Parts: sequence; structure tokens; C-alpha cells
Amino acid sequence: MSLYSLTRTLGRSEAPPVAKVARTTPGLAAHLAGISKTFGGRAVLDRLDLAIRPSQFVAVIGRSGCGKSTLLRLLTGLDTPTGGHLNLDGQPLAGLAPTVRMLFQDARLLPWQRVVDNVGIARGPDWRERALKALDDVGLSDRANDWPAVLSGGQRQRVALARALVSRPKLLLLDEPFGALDALTRIEMQNLLADLWHRERFTVVLITHDVVEAAMLADRVLVLRDGQIRMDAPVNAPRPRESDDPEVLRLEKALLKAV
Amino acid sequence: MTVSWKNGRAFDTLAPWIVPVVLVLVWEAAAESGLLSARLLPAPSAIAVAGWEALVSGVLLHHVWISFQRAMIGLAIGGGIGFALGVVTGAFPVAEKLIDSPVQMLRNVPHLAMIPLVILWFGIDEQAKIFLVAVGVMFPIYLNTFHGIRTVDSGLIEMARLYGLSPWHLFVRVVMPGALPSILVGLRYALGIMWLTLIVAETISASAGIGYMTMNAREFLQTDVVLLGIIIYALLGKGADVLTRVLERCCLSWHPAYQTDRKASL
Repeated sequence: MSLYSLTRTLGRSEAPPVAKVARTTPGLAAHLAGISKTFGGRAVLDRLDLAIRPSQFVAVIGRSGCGKSTLLRLLTGLDTPTGGHLNLDGQPLAGLAPTVRMLFQDARLLPWQRVVDNVGIARGPDWRERALKALDDVGLSDRANDWPAVLSGGQRQRVALARALVSRPKLLLLDEPFGALDALTRIEMQNLLADLWHRERFTVVLITHDVVEAAMLADRVLVLRDGQIRMDAPVNAPRPRESDDPEVLRLEKALLKAV
Repeated sequence: MTVSWKNGRAFDTLAPWIVPVVLVLVWEAAAESGLLSARLLPAPSAIAVAGWEALVSGVLLHHVWISFQRAMIGLAIGGGIGFALGVVTGAFPVAEKLIDSPVQMLRNVPHLAMIPLVILWFGIDEQAKIFLVAVGVMFPIYLNTFHGIRTVDSGLIEMARLYGLSPWHLFVRVVMPGALPSILVGLRYALGIMWLTLIVAETISASAGIGYMTMNAREFLQTDVVLLGIIIYALLGKGADVLTRVLERCCLSWHPAYQTDRKASL
């Protein structure tokens, strides 16, 4: 039995199913047309075209400095492109969108707020109840009143995931969120993410260095190089996936070659 | 005795007191035996008696209260200005360009060197002492507020913006708590300077306060009262220090360095 299939069962959250909330679409469509971004004369993204369907799980891989993080920052609205058009659900992106949430490589929890206050950082009506529920979804409801400093790295990242999901985002952006975790914790987090995505059906853009992670989690894998998409491969393996699935193995090999 | 020596904790609490107690005993013995002139350095017991008499007559409390008021008013004015300037320069780069370098220049003027000027401006009234205290405490609070705000983790600010916090909430929930450890360090420095300034200002010109009490005692060669004044200043300084420690413990309970209630459980 592989390490992955072993920990799949360990990492599966036992949270009760959420009450279905009436929503127009659970995920958000993103359209990027001719997107460029230059920093000091150097083009980090070069006329990039990309269409992401609602609820699609897209993984983006590439070497350091290939423009992955820049792409993500453009999608958050923290940065604006130097050229091209960026639409979310048909609307041009103008500034920060409340339906877009991001998970960073470091958890970025406020050390001076308790876990539950961190999860509910955006506040709003009933924020505490919603925050507690989101914590329950990531299996940390018993740590709600702890300081972030006493949590382990994996627990902090789970709190950050709860914080991202508490407002029911339509687009979740993940910037190498599990890169700093140890192997076992990483697999647990990947399973948790896969479960939550399966349940909530938000659109995901996951940036990663890890071809295995990309092939195991995503519907579609993009390879970014020199500011352009060099490979755009669908992942056809059935879910839940096994790490020795021939399709997954074949894709991993192809991705390693393309990166 | 042997029991407490074996008990490490009892020794740890007593150890810092051993040297001071021995010193006071030696001092007392030297004074009693006539080795030390009572005019130059009265015995600790004589100082204690002087302290008790001043306390019972209400003179001591009167002077301490006057000094305390001056200190607090000066701290409130100078600290308030320093804090406000620090916040403005920390938050707005334009303000930093305009304000920071003039403030840094002024900071290098020893504020006690301004005493002759201050006397010309304000006479020897309350305002002169409060002004000196305010100028003295302003700079450490300004510097540490500015530094604290500038060194708040930019990743946290980016995260908070992304999660839709308004500028006001960003300031209150992210920037201020992040800057608070540094601001409290500034406050501790400021309290030290506050007492120091007050001692000097009160010895030069006053009609009440601990400094006045000691200078008055000097005129009548009451060395025990002079020493009492010095001890009161030391106690006030120590009290201020303890107060900031308590403040740190309350405000920074989230900080790993101040967490005593709970060890990291992973």
C-alpha cells in the first residue's frame, strides 16, 4: 500500500455534510486574454491566454521565476496587468473581489488574535458562528481559542484554509500552500483540500512545484515557462485517485519533461 | 536553613536579596560604630525613621503626589505628541519625508541643555517642568512607534487587504497590535527619562515635589531626608518599570515570549 493511499483515509475529514445553500454557481469562470505583466522592462507574463471553467481545479507548475505567483496576484486584484483583459464571470476585474480568496505559502495568521478571530477576520454578520463551522470543517474546532503561536505548521495552514473558505469563495487561489510542510502533513492537507473542493465546488488555481501534487489533485495542469503556457494537459484519471494510477504516472513523467 | 538551601526554588527567590541585605547591615554597623559620619551618610535606620516621620506628617505624600502629577501630565503631553507623530510618519511616506529628519535633528539636542532657555520662556513655574518632561519622553515614544509600524510584517498587511479590511480596521487590528511590542519598549525608555528629567528640573527650581524636599533638606543638612528623596525616586522608577511589565504581560499575551499559561502543544 502506498503512503498516499494509507494517509488518504487518515486525512479524510469526518465533518458532517454541510447544509446546501442556494447559490447561483458554486465556482467562478476566469478569462485571461493577452495578459502581460512587465517589471522594470522585463516581461514576467507575455500575452498569456487562459480560460478556466467554473469549478475547475487547475494546477500551475513551473520553475521559480516563471511568472506563477505574478499570475496569481493578478487574479486577486492586488496587481494590475500591464496589458490584456482579465474577466471573472464575464466582469472585468477591478480591484479586490470578495469572492476571491487566497492561501499563501506561510499561513499569515495574525499572532495577536485567537484562532477563531483569525478565521473570521473579514467579520460580517454571524462571523463567529461561521468561523467555528469553518474550523470544524478543517478539523480544528477544539483549537478555536488558542493563539496561533501554539499551533503546528500544518494546523496553522488548516486555519488559513478555514479563513479562506469561511466566506464561501467562488475562486480559491493557492500559492504553494503545502510547500513548507512535512510529507505526511502535506498529504493530509491535500486530501482535506480535495474533499472540501469536492463538496463546495469552488474554482481552484493551485500553484505548486510538485508534479505529483498537480497530477493527484487537478482537473487540468498548466506548465508555465518564460511567461507563457507551454503545456495544457487535462487529467483524466478517475477520483479518488491512487498515486499508482497509470494515467497519473504518465502525466507526472510528461510534466517533468515539460517543466 | 539547611532545608531551604536544599530547596532550589527557595534559594532562587532569596538569592537576589542576599547581597543588598548584607550591604545594608554593613552600612548600619559602620554608621553605629561611628566609622561613617552621620552628616555624610546616616544609618539606614535613621533614614527609615525620617521616612516614617515624613509619612506620618503627610509631607512625604504631598511631595510625591506633586511630583507624580508633573510626571504624568508631561508623559501624557509628550507621549501623546510622540505617538501621533510616529503613527503619521509610520503610515504615510510623505509625512516621513517632511517630519522625520527634523525630529531626528531635534532628538540629538540633550533636552536638559534647554533648562536656561526653558526658564526664560516659562519662568520657574509648573509649565517649565512639564515642558521638560514632555520633550524628554517624546522622542523614545516617537522613534519606537515609527519603527514598530514600519516593521509590521508586510505579508500580514497584504493578507488583510486581500480579505477586505478597511483602512481603519487594517490599522486597528493589524498595524497597531503589530507595532505594540516596539511602542511598549519606547514607553519603558520614556518612563526612565521622565523621572530623570523631573529630578533635575525639581532640584533647580520648585516649591514642592520630591526634588524640592531634598534640596530643602540639604540647606538644613538633613542628610537622612536627602537620602530618603533619592530612595523615593528609585522606588518610583522601579514602580514605573513594574507597571510596564504588567502592561506588556496583558497586551502581549499572544506573544510567545510572554506565554506562561500554556506551553506549545503540537
